[in-house]
Amino acid sequence: MKQFAALFSALDSSTRTNDKIAALVDYFRAAESEDAAWAVWFLTGNRPRQAVPAKKLHQWAADAANMPLWLFEESYDAVGDLAETIALILPPPEAENNLPLHQWISERLLPLRTLEEAEQREVLMGYWRELDRGERFVFNKLITGGFRVGVSALLVQRALSQVSGIDAKMIAHRMTGDWSPTVENYAVLLSPETGAFDVSKPYPFFLAHPIAGEPDSLGPVGDWQAEWKWDGIRGQLIKREGQIFLWSRGEELISEQFPEIIAAAAPLPDCVLDGEVLPAKDGKVLSFNALQKRLGRKNPGKKVLSDTPAIFVAYDLLEVAGEDWRARPLYQRREKLHELLYSIPHRDHADVVLQLSDIVRAPSWATLALARAQSRERGTEGLMLKRRDSAYGVGRAAGKSGGDWWKWKIDPYTLDCVLMYAQRGHGKRASLYTDYTFGVWNREPYGENAEDSSTGAASEAKMGQEPRQLVTFAKAYSGLSDEEIAEVDAFIRKNTLEKFGPVRTVKPEMVFELAFEGIQRSNRHKSGVAVRFPRMARIRRDKKIEEADSLTTVLRMLDNGAT
Amino acid sequence: MALLEHTPRGLYCAAGDFYIDPWRPVERAVITHAHADHARPGHTHYLAAAEGGSVLRTRLGLNASMETLRYGEVRELNGVKLSLHPAGHVLGSAQVRIEHHGEVWVVSGDYKLDFDPTCAPFEPVKCHTFVSESTFGLPIYRWRPHEELFGDVNAWWRSNAEAGRASVVFAYAFGKAQRILMGVDADIGPIVVHGAVEALNRGYRASGVALPETRTVSDLDAKADYGRALVVAPPSAQGTPWLKRFGDYSDAFASGWMAIRGAKKQRNVDQGFVISDHADWSSLHQAIDASGASRVLVTHGQVPVMVRYLRERGFDADALETEFEGEGGSDGDAAISLPDGSRA
Repeated sequence: MKQFAALFSALDSSTRTNDKIAALVDYFRAAESEDAAWAVWFLTGNRPRQAVPAKKLHQWAADAANMPLWLFEESYDAVGDLAETIALILPPPEAENNLPLHQWISERLLPLRTLEEAEQREVLMGYWRELDRGERFVFNKLITGGFRVGVSALLVQRALSQVSGIDAKMIAHRMTGDWSPTVENYAVLLSPETGAFDVSKPYPFFLAHPIAGEPDSLGPVGDWQAEWKWDGIRGQLIKREGQIFLWSRGEELISEQFPEIIAAAAPLPDCVLDGEVLPAKDGKVLSFNALQKRLGRKNPGKKVLSDTPAIFVAYDLLEVAGEDWRARPLYQRREKLHELLYSIPHRDHADVVLQLSDIVRAPSWATLALARAQSRERGTEGLMLKRRDSAYGVGRAAGKSGGDWWKWKIDPYTLDCVLMYAQRGHGKRASLYTDYTFGVWNREPYGENAEDSSTGAASEAKMGQEPRQLVTFAKAYSGLSDEEIAEVDAFIRKNTLEKFGPVRTVKPEMVFELAFEGIQRSNRHKSGVAVRFPRMARIRRDKKIEEADSLTTVLRMLDNGAT
Repeated sequence: MALLEHTPRGLYCAAGDFYIDPWRPVERAVITHAHADHARPGHTHYLAAAEGGSVLRTRLGLNASMETLRYGEVRELNGVKLSLHPAGHVLGSAQVRIEHHGEVWVVSGDYKLDFDPTCAPFEPVKCHTFVSESTFGLPIYRWRPHEELFGDVNAWWRSNAEAGRASVVFAYAFGKAQRILMGVDADIGPIVVHGAVEALNRGYRASGVALPETRTVSDLDAKADYGRALVVAPPSAQGTPWLKRFGDYSDAFASGWMAIRGAKKQRNVDQGFVISDHADWSSLHQAIDASGASRVLVTHGQVPVMVRYLRERGFDADALETEFEGEGGSDGDAAISLPDGSRA
């Protein structure tokens, strides 16, 4: 635990890539395989399930520090991070503990979940007494299931590559999928042998960059393959040795959630397809919401399957009959993909489950832009542009290969909303108010001068109308620069109407332009709608709150096919 | 009877007709220490501790009418006995003891109990009413011992020096900077200070504090090699072209706020050294206990938290409004909002 906590601290405090890699290399060189396996697992974004409910941790930490709960809450409010607050307020350790990481995990952390509450409290307090501040922080993060560290899987792979001499891409491939932190798996990761691997293993997904500006700079339009960009779940459909697996981009095995896709892949020969899982019925793509329902449900019943059936739109071919095709040019892969899919009988059915991604053909960028303008009506997010002679790369690599796949998304929806509530951020932004809740008006103003902001609530009240109200509409916490955050933070502190817990009610005064990708009806939201990917596009200093948008506008967007 | 009251001009002692650290111009100002939010220009007469006289003069100008007292020396003002006692905050910082008809109040100003070779250590003074700051009045703030803190600073400087890159520490120019200069191992390499720091160093040296040798960039050749150097600069220097001369340096920020990971990340420095001139949570309570006071008035910082906790501990505690900062922002957590950085 000591070494892992020291590694965490080194990774957390440096902003230089080279320092981070050096710290990782030092750690992996010195670590026992049992510990290194767990370290790889944690550092690549895996987390154990929460062992103890957060609420209990508050109380037990306050008890261990011999302070009233309210004082703990005040401390938590100032720090903004539970694991850190606990690490800071506990008295200094009474003993030292050199138990290695894997034993901390397997003998202490994992069993913690299974204990009775009273026993949990007792053993946890005992663990705290044996850990110093840095170790406590890391341990608490593991208990709360909130462990995150500022390294990418790519950096971990590069460090392991330096330690072992194995190509980082090979390590990335071995890491994909259901990688569990065992000594055996760690040995395989660094093994010089390149032989057979687990039949279920997906390839790392190749990711596209958003295109900046117009695509003319990409060269002749004929060098590019354009396809619709769907808003579904990126998936890899694998058939090897007669077994079929479906992986999500989050490298989760989702075969059990989508039995119809697995069944549809049965007639295929051995191959690996890259594509999009979409909910679709009667030839029409449904909303992303429908898909989310499916994702949470393994072995769905008949009703679910018939209400929200899923399809797989294939757009790339990574492997055929055990042979890796990723280095071949896209046009060859596409041709073979076409051949494979059309070799399956009954290809012309409307609700066929395995579909081939349409190519959007256009003689010029300008014509392609016209096609892109229809994205919303088609329920897509825009276009994907892929260089016809490009190989299938790894990750979101910069440089040449990064320049082979682009997403050319349509402009987002925007609405002007009023800042209503604020909450502190987490991590780096823990001491600033960075998480905001925005509202819109519940209706348009009445009267002829509806557009004139001077005829606000007062004149409506005079007319005997119920004054219109702001209703919460969306939360957003990204999109502002550091300077803007500082400005808004200062505004919030000066204009707080009420404080309850970590949340402040803010005087409605600031207007923000919110951008988002889609709107859906929702019973769980006060406003009756839910938006997708809301973020702050800019602060509208030029607008008064009376000029903010209303639900009427929002509902109009719904009717115009904003899904 | 209240010996002190909050007025628009500052904390006022009516019986003695003087103010303590007033924020608007007054006739007679008793100054606890020379930080800008406590020692403001424009008063007619100043009274301060002798040890801080030299630094206070550099801040207020040589013409200010100033009288100084040795620590412990008693002065009578209209029948009120006044004396100054070390507060351990910065050079010349004082607690103000006032006594009238047997009633004793002590105003702490800013203080700390931790070891600091640049100033006289905090001295507990018995009183009936203790006026305490509360900048770090939350149990998340607990300072480590001097040796451990400077062990970290020295280790960081040494490893940078071995890698041939300069070590830049941002620290408030008055107090924090000198404490760092006294705490580091000057054998590791040369020490370069920003002009704003050097101005204060002169006052410290004039007062007999044996700071190590420091140089400013104007003392040095334009092409000087800073590879082994420790550079001490005020927080306002962060992000300015002045730093370009140090090449690929590693930087650090020295402040009590660095105890919080988020505050450190926000500062965007390689290292955060948790070094503060203020009392931490346990020191605040230790000092309050040592004063023997039954009544405690809490100023600038975590006022509601301290008041509530002290009441639960059986004290007659209340908030006392002031315009002191000692923090930066209404919650005492916005470490970056002061133009010169927090001096915490």
